[in-house]
Amino acid sequence: MNVHQQGLGTKPGNPASPVPGSYRGDHLLVAEMIPAGSKVLDVGCGDGDLLQLLESRGIDGRGIELSREGVNHCVGKGLAVVQGDADTDLVNYPDDAFDYVILSQTLQATRQPRVVLENLLRIGRRAIVSFPNFGFWRMRLQLLIGGRMPRTENLPATWYDTPNIHFCTIKDFVHLCDEINVKMERAVALDLYGRPLRLNAPWWFWNMFGEQGVFLLQRAGK
Amino acid sequence: MVSVQPLMSVSVDAEDRLHEANNPTSLVAEFGPDEPLRLDCGVDLAPFQIAYQAYGTLNADKTNAILICHALTMDQHVANVHPITGKPGGWLTLVGPGKPVDTDRYFVICSNVIGSCMGSTGPASINPATGKVWGLDFPVITIPDMVRAQAMLIDRLGITQLFCVVGGSMGGMQTLQWTAAYPERVFSALAVACATKHSAQNIAFHELGRQAVMADPDWRGGRYFEEGTHPHRGLGVARMAAHITYLSDAALHRKFGRRMQDRDVPTFSFEADFQVESYLRYQGSSFVERFDANSYLYLTRAMDYFDIAADHNGHLAEAFRDTQTRFCLMSFTSDWLFPTAESRDVVHALNAGGVRVSFAEIETDKGHDAFLLDVPEFLDLADAFLNSAAAVRGLPVEARDK
Repeated sequence: MNVHQQGLGTKPGNPASPVPGSYRGDHLLVAEMIPAGSKVLDVGCGDGDLLQLLESRGIDGRGIELSREGVNHCVGKGLAVVQGDADTDLVNYPDDAFDYVILSQTLQATRQPRVVLENLLRIGRRAIVSFPNFGFWRMRLQLLIGGRMPRTENLPATWYDTPNIHFCTIKDFVHLCDEINVKMERAVALDLYGRPLRLNAPWWFWNMFGEQGVFLLQRAGK
Repeated sequence: MVSVQPLMSVSVDAEDRLHEANNPTSLVAEFGPDEPLRLDCGVDLAPFQIAYQAYGTLNADKTNAILICHALTMDQHVANVHPITGKPGGWLTLVGPGKPVDTDRYFVICSNVIGSCMGSTGPASINPATGKVWGLDFPVITIPDMVRAQAMLIDRLGITQLFCVVGGSMGGMQTLQWTAAYPERVFSALAVACATKHSAQNIAFHELGRQAVMADPDWRGGRYFEEGTHPHRGLGVARMAAHITYLSDAALHRKFGRRMQDRDVPTFSFEADFQVESYLRYQGSSFVERFDANSYLYLTRAMDYFDIAADHNGHLAEAFRDTQTRFCLMSFTSDWLFPTAESRDVVHALNAGGVRVSFAEIETDKGHDAFLLDVPEFLDLADAFLNSAAAVRGLPVEARDK
């Protein structure tokens, strides 16, 4: 694999954020990847927690959210969020409309992850994608020993009511990026508690012990 | 012979309507021969007047003004008793003390649109050139004309930038037109249940209404004031047809179903056996008491002609490119007059133009009229949007009373 694995600084919450320490680990990680003044689209922004964190750091954030409740929460917080579907609505955005497009914990819920990924990198100069790693040892163990579809604290849904229809492992995702010629600028695996794994660990280690992967992507050839 | 019950005749007489159209129970801004309103049809309208209501107090910096754009058959009396009908204000769910458009914090202006009949110059006004009612001699007006007139009023009031422009339906069209024509004068925009163009189906419904008015022999080619008649049957039918489009199948079913009106068995006649018939007839007959038939022709026409994209080489996104205005759009699930897809088109164009926009679809069975009704989710979002914009603008923030 042609990716340079890179750890992130472990400095705690930026003093500019309103309530340091109250944000999710993966959100802080994403926020640290984006310089102030950037224009950002958060696809599948949920209740707008990440957008709020970004706005508190001087980033111009916009969001798309599928659920009506999520949108209403966001608008209630004064965020610029529109109701929409990552699978169908990204095509309506022009090329290079944003500096960064974020897809946080949503890729596995899209119908066409590959098309979505391609759209992210068309709309944004860079994309930040995070997703739960289905290769995480606990997942493997549940399937291997228990013989049942895995369920975790972060993914508690049963197989028959889960919105997550396209699970992948970190290894799978890296392969997809290679296949569609996407350049990985940074890659981080987080453990169950949202802490970055050892950065000099080999890929197999990440794929086994990373609960989720966070990737900063760029179109190749730029 | 089978019993027939026609639409009720008019109880408010023409004198009252004519008086209100020319000497309104409102504030009036008069524009003289040297300040014409440039109309899209090529005519310079002068002199003309704008009737408006104002609530609350303009702050020292003149940064807290909200302009309400009213819908087709509404008027400027959004938060006070109506001078003709004696009914409460037309948009009290949204506007008033402690409401999302809080008259304790904002200076709220609502002007009667040009072409209407509640005091701004329109077909029921006296044409100064002839001394007679304008009637069909009044030039055809457009939504951009209405907005141009409002901008002249805002100039007159000494306000450079409006904190927010708010409107639903035709008012939403004006709101969007404001942001396209005067982006730097609109800090935020709340446009509800609307579109940047009128659909073929909507034009068709309007044409039905206009033909109903003009088919009434009492219309007299628009000269009914002079001839002492009033096309109340035609206008009533137009209103009945339009009113159906403001509701939804689910709402009609919930409110009326197939229930009978004051009877248990059919009368085997054309009387209003069903509650829904009785309701529609009431809507038709109460409307003709307060509204001018020719104004109805002109205002429906203005909506039909509306198409912001057509004014920008067919590209809607161009109309909003790099606008700094903060937008909030909302649609209602059961609105089939301005369905959600129309709002989404606007949102896509705003996104393409890099504009800051929020959009939510509100679930309700109340149809198009939901924007005027007590729909808590809509009012909560309007409140949240206005408060978030107020915070950025440095204005006081306060959650609405519930």
